[in-house]
Amino acid sequence: MVFALSRESTAPNVVPAAVADLDLWDVLRAMLRVRRFEELAGQSYAAGKVGGFLHLAIGEEAVCVGATSVLAPSDHLLTHYRDHGWALMRGMDSGRCMAELFGKATGVSGGRGGSMHFADARRRMWGGYAIVGGHLTLATGLAWAARVQEPGTIVCAVFGEGASNIGEFHEAANLAATWNLPILFLCENNGFGMGTRSARAAAVPEVARRAAAYGMPAWQVDGMDVRDVVAGMREACAFVRSGEGPAILEAHTYRFRGHSMADPELYRDKAEVEEMKARDPLAGVVASLRAIDSARVDEITAEVEAEMQAAVAFAESSPFPDVATLEDGIVARPDGLTRSAR
Amino acid sequence: MATLTAVDAPARTTTIRDAIRDTLRSEMQRDSRVVLLGEDIGAYGGSYAVTRGLVDEFGVERVRDTPIAESAIVGAAVGAAMGGLRPVAELMTTNIALVAIDQIVNHAAKLRHMFGDQFGAPVVIRMVNGWGQLAATHSQSFDAWFAHVPGLHVVAPSSPADAAGLLRTAMRGEDPVIFIEHSRQYAQKGAAAEADHMVPFGSARLVRSGSDVTLVAYSYCVPMAEAAADRLAAEGISAEVLDLRSLRPLDRAALVDSVRRTHRVVCVEESWRSFGVGAEVSATLQELAFDELDAPVGRVAAREVPMPYSKPLEAACLPGIDDIVAAVLAQIS
Repeated sequence: MVFALSRESTAPNVVPAAVADLDLWDVLRAMLRVRRFEELAGQSYAAGKVGGFLHLAIGEEAVCVGATSVLAPSDHLLTHYRDHGWALMRGMDSGRCMAELFGKATGVSGGRGGSMHFADARRRMWGGYAIVGGHLTLATGLAWAARVQEPGTIVCAVFGEGASNIGEFHEAANLAATWNLPILFLCENNGFGMGTRSARAAAVPEVARRAAAYGMPAWQVDGMDVRDVVAGMREACAFVRSGEGPAILEAHTYRFRGHSMADPELYRDKAEVEEMKARDPLAGVVASLRAIDSARVDEITAEVEAEMQAAVAFAESSPFPDVATLEDGIVARPDGLTRSAR
Repeated sequence: MATLTAVDAPARTTTIRDAIRDTLRSEMQRDSRVVLLGEDIGAYGGSYAVTRGLVDEFGVERVRDTPIAESAIVGAAVGAAMGGLRPVAELMTTNIALVAIDQIVNHAAKLRHMFGDQFGAPVVIRMVNGWGQLAATHSQSFDAWFAHVPGLHVVAPSSPADAAGLLRTAMRGEDPVIFIEHSRQYAQKGAAAEADHMVPFGSARLVRSGSDVTLVAYSYCVPMAEAAADRLAAEGISAEVLDLRSLRPLDRAALVDSVRRTHRVVCVEESWRSFGVGAEVSATLQELAFDELDAPVGRVAAREVPMPYSKPLEAACLPGIDDIVAAVLAQIS
């Protein structure tokens, strides 16, 4: 079910989710890739191969899979730090993504960024950002540049509902609306800011309802259902692409794992997690496709498994960055001149 | 390396304010990707009238007034730079840069390295130091804070030619530049730079040569140091004046060269003494030129109090020519 909120009203209207053309086989492969990448990342963390923070989005795959299928390759994407699925869905190589987690030279960010900072400028995936909400104002600038240079291109700025309580969200929303910028603010609402349930942290926990304060329309979708995500994204992106200004899309979802690998999950009942797991977006797709062609499901599963095992092997066998390169790429040149002026 | 400025008769004089505006204009004419954003930089003309008239010339898409929302100003500038524009953001004063410190330190300075040198943030962030009975929250400078951060360039001109040259380098560069202006220096006159004049960062300027002591300064403290050098000359002391121009990178070679000539150094800055620019200059010299020093490096800086409003109290906080002269005499006598 997709709910649409007009610019003026905070009362949602029901919009039928029409996504008959969605190829569920593509969805299956995509969701499996994200799921298996993250499961293997978690195992590698437990094995001591991955350090630092590792935030898994297992359970939330329908959002990144559905949303990126609607974006054009020329659209810009920035995300929060739970960015693995978004990076994979943007076409970034699973081996190089895994190598980044392992801190290897072959990683997508050269081993400088780690889990929270996957980026690929050529694919206009401008990165995962680890200061909550900090990337939302960056999105306004990207949208300004897009409007000046490539009208029709939009920016998709993905954030957690926890970020809607920080000033950057409000500064970005206000600027985007005031300047009429082509941004879709995509809220991946998993219900918790770390371990704090959103109702305890937000006066208005439904982020979509905040859109009216900035004169933006908003859509709310079930983020556990890829069809809902796609239907909502199509409407929201069409609005933003038309040049009428920014919009919010809020996808209600749920993470099955802890906030990070260090989370003992004292703040929620196991029963709640189990209840949500019954709505596992991947399991739903698998079940409906098994009814059609079970052998093909197995085939795709095996292909994805092979890809992700190869990704881990690539990460394992890649070299660590040479310490001699430590100070490379901090500034282009210390004297401020351009590299081409060398 | 320090370079002596040309002594040719200047073709034209200008002010620092006009030099900055003329450089913004010429770069906007040269490169359609250059855009300006900030509070009241358009119709109002800028709090210090630096951008006056530019909106009429280039339109509201390229000269954008912003809400009073400094995180959004810097964040939008950085994002626009990522997207291929060449933004120059104006922060009304240095004090309000604190509101945007996350965008400056966590994003502008980090993107290039953190994402494996795929892209940078070629953005110029202009901000204004100064004072004038504005009290504690509007009389500060945080040059040393910014200069502490890898990934930023930090420059501060003290003449119209350097304002033009440093700004042009900043605007054509590939990385974020903190461009520090001073509210009491906008009307200061000097020789205008030639068209397309650029000053590479990390190069100090030898303002005047001397043999007894080096006065190290930048920004508003340079004319103060020159005035102190005049007073010292009258007492038979020959003071060299070195304008750092760039804090990050710092021209350490120029500092060492100078102390080899004079063997005494006094560093002058307008902010608080502790952990400041003078501390970095002092540490640099004891590391690189310990044997050349005939006296401990002197530091002239602001008194360590939140700036009071009352005029005599404010004056007592700020470093002045008398303080510089006294610091030199304390070393020499």
